Amino acid sequence: MDFGLIAQYLANGILLGTMYALVAVGFTLFFGVLDVIKFSHGDVLMLGTFIGFTAWMGLAAIGVTNPWVQLLGVLICSLGGTALIGAAIAKWLVLPLKKAPQLNTLLITLMLGTAIREAVRLFYPNGSNPKAFPALLPDAAVELGSFSLRADSVILVLAGLGLIGVLSLVINRTRLGLAIRAVAQDEETARIMGINYTLVVLATFAIGSGVAAFAGIMNGLYYNEINFGMGLILGLIGFSAAIIGGLGNLYGAILGGFLFAGLQVIGAALLPFASAYKDVFAFAVVIALMAWKPTGLIPERSSDRV
Amino acid sequence: MKFNIGTKFHRIVLAAGACAGLACGTAATAKETVALGFIGPLTGGVSSVGLGGRNSAELAIRLRNADPAAKYSYELEALDDECKPNVGVQVATKLATNRKLAGAVAHYCSAVAMGTVDVYHRFGLPMTVWGAVLPDITYGNDYPEITRVNGTMINQNETAAKFMTGLGYKTFAIIHDTTDYGKGHNSYLSKFLAEDGATVVGAFGVSADQQDFTAELTQVKALNPDVVVYAGLTPGGVRVRQQMAKLGITAVFQGVSGIKSDAYFEGLGGDLAEGTLTFLEGAPAEKLPGGAFFLTEYEKAGFSTPPEAYGPFAFAAMNLLIDAVEAVGPDRKAIVEYMGTVKDHESITGLITFDDHGQNTVALITGYVAQDGKWVVWEDSDYAKGTRSLPAPK
Repeated sequence: MDFGLIAQYLANGILLGTMYALVAVGFTLFFGVLDVIKFSHGDVLMLGTFIGFTAWMGLAAIGVTNPWVQLLGVLICSLGGTALIGAAIAKWLVLPLKKAPQLNTLLITLMLGTAIREAVRLFYPNGSNPKAFPALLPDAAVELGSFSLRADSVILVLAGLGLIGVLSLVINRTRLGLAIRAVAQDEETARIMGINYTLVVLATFAIGSGVAAFAGIMNGLYYNEINFGMGLILGLIGFSAAIIGGLGNLYGAILGGFLFAGLQVIGAALLPFASAYKDVFAFAVVIALMAWKPTGLIPERSSDRV
Repeated sequence: MKFNIGTKFHRIVLAAGACAGLACGTAATAKETVALGFIGPLTGGVSSVGLGGRNSAELAIRLRNADPAAKYSYELEALDDECKPNVGVQVATKLATNRKLAGAVAHYCSAVAMGTVDVYHRFGLPMTVWGAVLPDITYGNDYPEITRVNGTMINQNETAAKFMTGLGYKTFAIIHDTTDYGKGHNSYLSKFLAEDGATVVGAFGVSADQQDFTAELTQVKALNPDVVVYAGLTPGGVRVRQQMAKLGITAVFQGVSGIKSDAYFEGLGGDLAEGTLTFLEGAPAEKLPGGAFFLTEYEKAGFSTPPEAYGPFAFAAMNLLIDAVEAVGPDRKAIVEYMGTVKDHESITGLITFDDHGQNTVALITGYVAQDGKWVVWEDSDYAKGTRSLPAPK
């Protein structure tokens, strides 16, 4: 296998890994502050992407043609809208069930995800067909032998990694981050110390959902195609990534995302049998890893959540 | 038995009481209503084709209901299989257990039809396939209930292989989804390509809802084939074509009947679709024997979505079923027997003749190329005329 091919696989793996990590971060944040698993995460991501797509159509309709301005508009609408939706889900569906068994939260978000998915399919104009997402990033490419490195991929990866970096700073260096960590560690003590618990939970859900919307827009810009079912598999992969990384740990989610992308690429590229089994391979390794390290690769310590 | 009012009147006056009573009965009461079923993917990724099929089947029923010579009045029960075998079996059972239902026209997705044929057989419900192309749906069983008006992927791939090798292409990479549909296309296309002297340099199975094809396409790029084939449905075809461009693969892109929908252009946008080749049983509606009639009536009926590629077949299948009911009455057993004898039956897609497996033997296959955001019959395209050209064989 020549260098160009390996580089191509590597580039693809890094891009996928960034995307998965962004989704996994949401799962891990929600679990950190509230000990819940929000299964509608993938579908909220899809909804965010469709909000961005609609925003782009609106901008194009009122005559905004500069791709950078369009991109900015898409990101503001999508991230903002999805953050609000995330906070709303937390306020009206997740928090009221706080005293109920955890299984109820899991079920209600699972059903919410299906409802969102079906609603987009049925009520979005032609929602059941794949949509052509606009290519807003420069599509220049550098050809190095059989390796073609595209400018848009590089920008997407840098932006994704940048967002993860900012998120890490917010969690570790700001007052909000401190509050989130405090709630994650011990809710009651945090309340006694004067932290507005509800606000912190809503902020966490807003941040996690906004990050997922960013992953969705990234997905749209990279593949130039979006569809109502895109959140399903992304959600599942993000969840698996968060689990193998160690649910509740930010760095674990990032590690898990890249690990899962690496497994998929290895499954498709190096295994002697057909690529049809790459997901079987990746998920089988996830099962093996979970059996080996049930609490994840970077386990959550009770004193060091999120 | 056809009466006009004149003879009916004549008979009432002249004939004995029993005969007159019968005539009065039919004249006085409304026609008996016969329920007919339709199943297709009305939601989901390929719903555009399903809705086109449903509308076309409904059109056949509306036209017949408007015909005063029809003996029965027909009503359509249209159900959604979502292109999922488990859902398909549920809705097929729902139709089959409805004793008022005389027959059905069903399935665009081969994987669904493979799951449901047993249901129709068990309940003795005559079912005519309007879109699914997997050969095993008719050839994999001996069920007299199952018939099919459209051709199979055997014919389709034989023509495709001849056509592509005829253009000088020698090396092919095939990406196929791992449903019966994708796998079937892969095996028949590989077989016919080999017979025509071409080489399949790589075949990759992918899941039907896969999003990322970069890993497979990276390998394809290294193999450097003349043609990349995607054997699957529109959503996957859109993604493979999109990602080929991302990786700088300049090979010809060839699809199968499953990607020939207007949704292909909606999903791709821009110029990427240009030059995509695909093959489909039958011919475009306007070139079919009854195509002009069908399109005018479809237009007149005011449906909100186009008939898509398989609409004419759904129309022909429903019409055939109605003809059967008209001939032998709304009795399932009699209709199944009738279907066994169909030979040179007139339809808008040409003459229908069923072989001993209920398969229509007419194997008319048409090649299409994507040109300016539309599927154009190859012979009419700028590519065939030489004013545009596909990537040259390597």
